[in-house]
Amino acid sequence: MSNSYTDKLLRVNLSEGTVKTEKINRDWQKEFIGGRGLATKYLISETDSKTDPLGKENKLIFVTGPLTGTSAPTGARYMVVTKSPLTGTIACSNSGGYFGSELKFAGYDMIIFEGASDKPVYLSIYNDDVVIKDAAAIWGKGVWETEDILKSVEGDSDSRVAAIGPAGENKVLFSCIVNEKHRAAGRSGVGAVMGSKKLKAIVVRGTKGIGVSNPERFFEDINKSKEILREAPVTGQALPAYGTAVLVNVMNEYGGLPSYNFRSSQFANAEKISGETIADTRLVANKACFACTIACGRVTKLPDNASEKYIVSTSSRNWKDAGGGPEYENIWAMAPLCGIDDIDALIKANWLCNDLGMDPISYGATLACAMELYENGAIDEKTAGMNLNFGNAEALVKMVYDTGHRSGFGDYLAEGSYRLSKRFSHPEFFMGVKKQEFPAYDPRAVQGIGLAYATNNRGADHLRAYTIASEIMGIPEKTDPAETEGKAALTKLFQDATGVVDSSGLCIFCTFAIGLPEIVPMINSAAGSDYSVDDALKIGERIWNMEHLYNLSAGILGAEDTLPKRILEGKIAEGPTKGMVNKLDKMLPEYYQLRGWDDNAVPSKEKIEELGLG
Amino acid sequence: MKSLRVDISKCTACKQCELACSWHLTGQFNPAKSAIKAFVFDAIARYVPYACFQCDEAWCMNSCPISAISVDVKTKAKIVDKNSCVGCKVCTIACPFGTISFDSVTGKVYKCDLCDGDPSCVTVCPTDAILYKDVDTASTPKMSEWALRLTDAYSIKEANL
Repeated sequence: MSNSYTDKLLRVNLSEGTVKTEKINRDWQKEFIGGRGLATKYLISETDSKTDPLGKENKLIFVTGPLTGTSAPTGARYMVVTKSPLTGTIACSNSGGYFGSELKFAGYDMIIFEGASDKPVYLSIYNDDVVIKDAAAIWGKGVWETEDILKSVEGDSDSRVAAIGPAGENKVLFSCIVNEKHRAAGRSGVGAVMGSKKLKAIVVRGTKGIGVSNPERFFEDINKSKEILREAPVTGQALPAYGTAVLVNVMNEYGGLPSYNFRSSQFANAEKISGETIADTRLVANKACFACTIACGRVTKLPDNASEKYIVSTSSRNWKDAGGGPEYENIWAMAPLCGIDDIDALIKANWLCNDLGMDPISYGATLACAMELYENGAIDEKTAGMNLNFGNAEALVKMVYDTGHRSGFGDYLAEGSYRLSKRFSHPEFFMGVKKQEFPAYDPRAVQGIGLAYATNNRGADHLRAYTIASEIMGIPEKTDPAETEGKAALTKLFQDATGVVDSSGLCIFCTFAIGLPEIVPMINSAAGSDYSVDDALKIGERIWNMEHLYNLSAGILGAEDTLPKRILEGKIAEGPTKGMVNKLDKMLPEYYQLRGWDDNAVPSKEKIEELGLG
Repeated sequence: MKSLRVDISKCTACKQCELACSWHLTGQFNPAKSAIKAFVFDAIARYVPYACFQCDEAWCMNSCPISAISVDVKTKAKIVDKNSCVGCKVCTIACPFGTISFDSVTGKVYKCDLCDGDPSCVTVCPTDAILYKDVDTASTPKMSEWALRLTDAYSIKEANL
């Protein structure tokens, strides 16, 4: 029977230089749907949780879901699953664009890379022809140039490239994997793992079709979802008009937009870098990912007089051209958090992050940490090579390049803010969880997101339980951001539901309009499964616990489910959220209880058994 | 008679048109086998849906040695008869626009057939970047838009007199 899985995986051993095709384990596929859940199951079964993330024994898995490559709205996603060099936890980073769907069209649900090459290579996939090739000519090049070269050498304008830039090659701990030049599997340093394997890129072209199990029902299901997405205010209006950057003003007005390394929760000049300002002055197009009817992606262009400002490198980037972003998180990390309001410096830094292959959240947050260290005298101008005062836009652009290349002070930044703050004897300036930097929502001002950060399996991050949807936007229903009550259940529900979305191949942004009652039928009619919404939530819970057990076995224990002192004790100094701190202790015990975990975050035997994780 | 009209400024390159078209032609999602393609030009941030223009004196039709391409009475689309197509590919060489393609799996050529008068690419386009409009009046909106711009030129001239 035809369904939307290809049921095949590629196993590429980079040490041996071999490529094999295997059948996907059907039992695991049923247990985990696909995507994040399935790849995590493979990683856990095939690797030791204590393995060195940048060693040969770690594996790097690219995976799609059953809705990737179909016309289900936002069905573009692929995920990269590995052990993170930044956090030591499980890493699962998710990206859109056209790469994931193309992998399906070539006939594969998943690629597992194992071992490591001793010279730079890339993987070329054209349907059944899969070859490991020499990458000497592209090693060292930026993502943009790498994509252009590989497209011209390997295929046509529809060949899709996922690559690392110099940051991944240099094992910057928060380097990412970039496809279509500006979509990225961004967080947790998955690019460094790819770099450690000397794998520069994957280029894929596929000309095979994907079927669905029940076409009549499938089109009914997706048309319903498309309609809801079109009518909902966030996905039908706000995101198409302003992209994710619509949140800059929203969060700032609320008093939840952290600035100056979380010393403040508002930014006086937010208007200068807001989604509205970008739309009015720098936006040239909305760019959708594959099959996405929202099109939140931004493409911006610098005015001619700005393109010569802060040129830092011989980067392949042509500053006269249009480029992707900046998105909300990136704007926040590289502007308010560093006290910077120069929109063109921000756009340049964002583009450089894309070209170098680096997570702009962790980069911006690490620079903000360095700026606080600098202003406290822990770093001097000689060490930094320049003045690192908050607000220095020139430093923002220069340090992106230096970090990606690990040159000068950039070599310290490349380690992330946890290690940086320790190196310069102020660990209290690290603003994050489990060695990963916070994203753009102040957990003092929004209680639930603090719990979501603290308990996140991949360290501080907003994409595993985006409680902001409920606490700020009122989706699916409004909860009070200042209130802790009910946030444990909300966080657990969002974490479990997100596991389903991430395993299906849909983008989490579809959940601003649709929920599991719409998503599960789409999975079923495409994949030929018969999950109920409850079944799906159980799968989400299984995924969450599986990742958590991996972390525990890697030595990342419940004690790390916490927030920095500044967040727990340092009251917000001014603005509408003045006086607030995160009351994690009011939420965490209840969360553990709801999870069926003990006080040390260890799942009970019954829970493990119930989820089939024994 | 209607034809496909494209508004480049509205396209987001989401590829829903390619998905719908390939489903119509092959019963599967397969952008490589879609008769319409949304091209991405990154450096200038332009995304262009592009398909057969349904030429009146169609090169593909006129070059076919066995007359496997004919005019649909209702839509005026140039239709490939899959039963008689021998896969010689002469039409793909004759077509100046590249909008008729060979499928190595079926051994036949395929092109836009206007979905019997209800093009699926138009139905699914989330931004109305692809429209199916009467050809006799299709150019009026664009003429009107440019006519309006002439008033600006006229105002400038007036102001300078």
